[in-house]
Amino acid sequence: MADAAIHCRGLKKYFSDVKAVDGLDLRVEPGECFGLLGPNGAGKTTTIEILEGLQPPDGGDVEVLGRRWKGDERELRERIGISLQETQFTDKLTVFETLTLFRSFYREGHDPDELLRRLTLEEKRDARVGKLSGGQKQRLAVACALIGMPDILFLDEPTTGLDPQSRLQLWQVVTEFRANGGTVLLTTHYMDEAERLCDRIAIVDHGKVIALGTPKELIAKLEAPNIIEFTSEPALPEETFANLCEGYHGCAKRADGWQLRVDSLAEAVPRLIAVVEKSGAKLRTLSTHAATLEDLFVAMTGRELRDA
Amino acid sequence: MPEPAIIELTKARMREFIREPEAVFWVFAFPMVLTLALGFAFRSKPPDRIPVAVVAGPHAAEQMAALAKSPALLPRVMDEAAAAAQLRTGKVSMLIGGGAEPLYRFDATRPDARTARLEVDDALQRAAGRQDLIKAREERVSEQGSRYIDFLVPGLLGMNLMGTGMWGVGFSIVNARMKKLLKRLIATPMRKTEYLLAQFFSRLIFLVFEVVFLIAFAWIVFNVRVHGSFVTFGVITLIGGFAFSGIGLLVASRARTIEAVSGMMNLVMVPMWIGSGVFFSYERFPDAAKPFIRALPLTALNDALRGVMNDGSGWAQVWMPVAILVAWGGISFALALKLFKWQ
Repeated sequence: MADAAIHCRGLKKYFSDVKAVDGLDLRVEPGECFGLLGPNGAGKTTTIEILEGLQPPDGGDVEVLGRRWKGDERELRERIGISLQETQFTDKLTVFETLTLFRSFYREGHDPDELLRRLTLEEKRDARVGKLSGGQKQRLAVACALIGMPDILFLDEPTTGLDPQSRLQLWQVVTEFRANGGTVLLTTHYMDEAERLCDRIAIVDHGKVIALGTPKELIAKLEAPNIIEFTSEPALPEETFANLCEGYHGCAKRADGWQLRVDSLAEAVPRLIAVVEKSGAKLRTLSTHAATLEDLFVAMTGRELRDA
Repeated sequence: MPEPAIIELTKARMREFIREPEAVFWVFAFPMVLTLALGFAFRSKPPDRIPVAVVAGPHAAEQMAALAKSPALLPRVMDEAAAAAQLRTGKVSMLIGGGAEPLYRFDATRPDARTARLEVDDALQRAAGRQDLIKAREERVSEQGSRYIDFLVPGLLGMNLMGTGMWGVGFSIVNARMKKLLKRLIATPMRKTEYLLAQFFSRLIFLVFEVVFLIAFAWIVFNVRVHGSFVTFGVITLIGGFAFSGIGLLVASRARTIEAVSGMMNLVMVPMWIGSGVFFSYERFPDAAKPFIRALPLTALNDALRGVMNDGSGWAQVWMPVAILVAWGGISFALALKLFKWQ
């Protein structure tokens, strides 16, 4: 079997008494786009920074492109590109100057102007970094990650806080990079981003991988293709719908109601309405959707990706 | 092909600096404003006239006429009691009483009183018809290198090299650390020493302009000259810039906020503003303190600059302060490299 692009075993990192990363194993194959999905504070950033060689782990073993950070750091730095969470470049430099500076660190790399064109930043070529919008800054960060023609691209929360248009543009850049054989490791707490971009996803919580697979495999783990969410007045206890119907797979408590996982909406929804009415409560809201990664996370942890 | 990283890093740092108008003001304009203000406040004036009291009496008018001819005296007529009171409180340096044979009353321990005694006697004797037996000629000089402005300019230059060296390096590094830019940079194959050296290089390039501006300004406006070799002078300013950049790097090696680094910079700089002979000579401090004062980098820089500028000294005379500067710079840089936090 060929070397993995990234391979880590038993990764551990403790900050005083917090276990940021707690025995984490990953294997990312060359050419793959791999996503670490989890809520804020799950240990995603710590994990990716250990893999990037920016933090030493307290335990475990990391190999990138078949090499280790200790001893091969310079060689590895030539071959990976990194976009940190919220990197800020010097406000006083222009986009082109910033990219040219980063180009000078690498033996081989792209022509800055050509890369700016690819990232649709050519109009901002001579604008100061301080004057860029959030989406433009993020594209510049990715441009700086790509300038050395890396084999692996590490993106930490690449689209957090961006408008939909900027997110789409960044997804396009990642897709192009992969079309040329590049490997991508990204962290996100957007399940749609993970579903859209990633071949495989590891769902991370409390510094551990709690689920791993392709988006389809993960959703299939719910064993229920459909989700019902409802709230009632007054709120009902779990026992009310314990024997709702055939193909009921379980429930999870949401902020002010319940989320039910079911096989068939046609069967479950009328039964639910009947059960709520019989209990004497009043149904306030009811909605349904096809199961997503978000629902898997809720089902596994009882929490939502975006709160935590 | 791109330029080597060290050149790109230096260019980036220089651009960052010149695009910050406030920084440019503090580095270039402020020292000139300060030189101008202090230069005018302490400019050399013709010597003051010495006030003397003539006691009212029959000969007072005659004595006044004689004394008024002396450019060194400021005579006034007053009654005996007032004259005595003014002499006692030092408002006049001397009292002229008596009649045809005048009586001089003065405190012989005071230099101004002794000068007054000579001037008054000379004026009265001449008025009485004394002739000079030998004819002496006078040549008045104002010796450059002895005025306050001559003392001040090298001190201000030293202070400025300290301030810009420490701020120029320290501030930008802490800023880059706060913005996680340092972390982003070490995520590339960039060599860490190249980044730190680029900070030095850009500083030294600006230092050349800084020094030339201030020296040209002091020369044009106040006729302050460099009496020693310009090459020696230039090399000393570069060594000074290196020393303070090193100290700035050390101060900034771990600071995480601008507030923290500002506090530490002031802690380092304020004692030297006072102690290192910027505005007045440190000779006034007690002898026991002087070895410590001389070991301070700003004292060393000021001593070396004054030696070359005012006394025309060469390496043979200023090697000691220069060696102190090299030691400060070298040790600080080495220590900073060890302690430096990139994240």
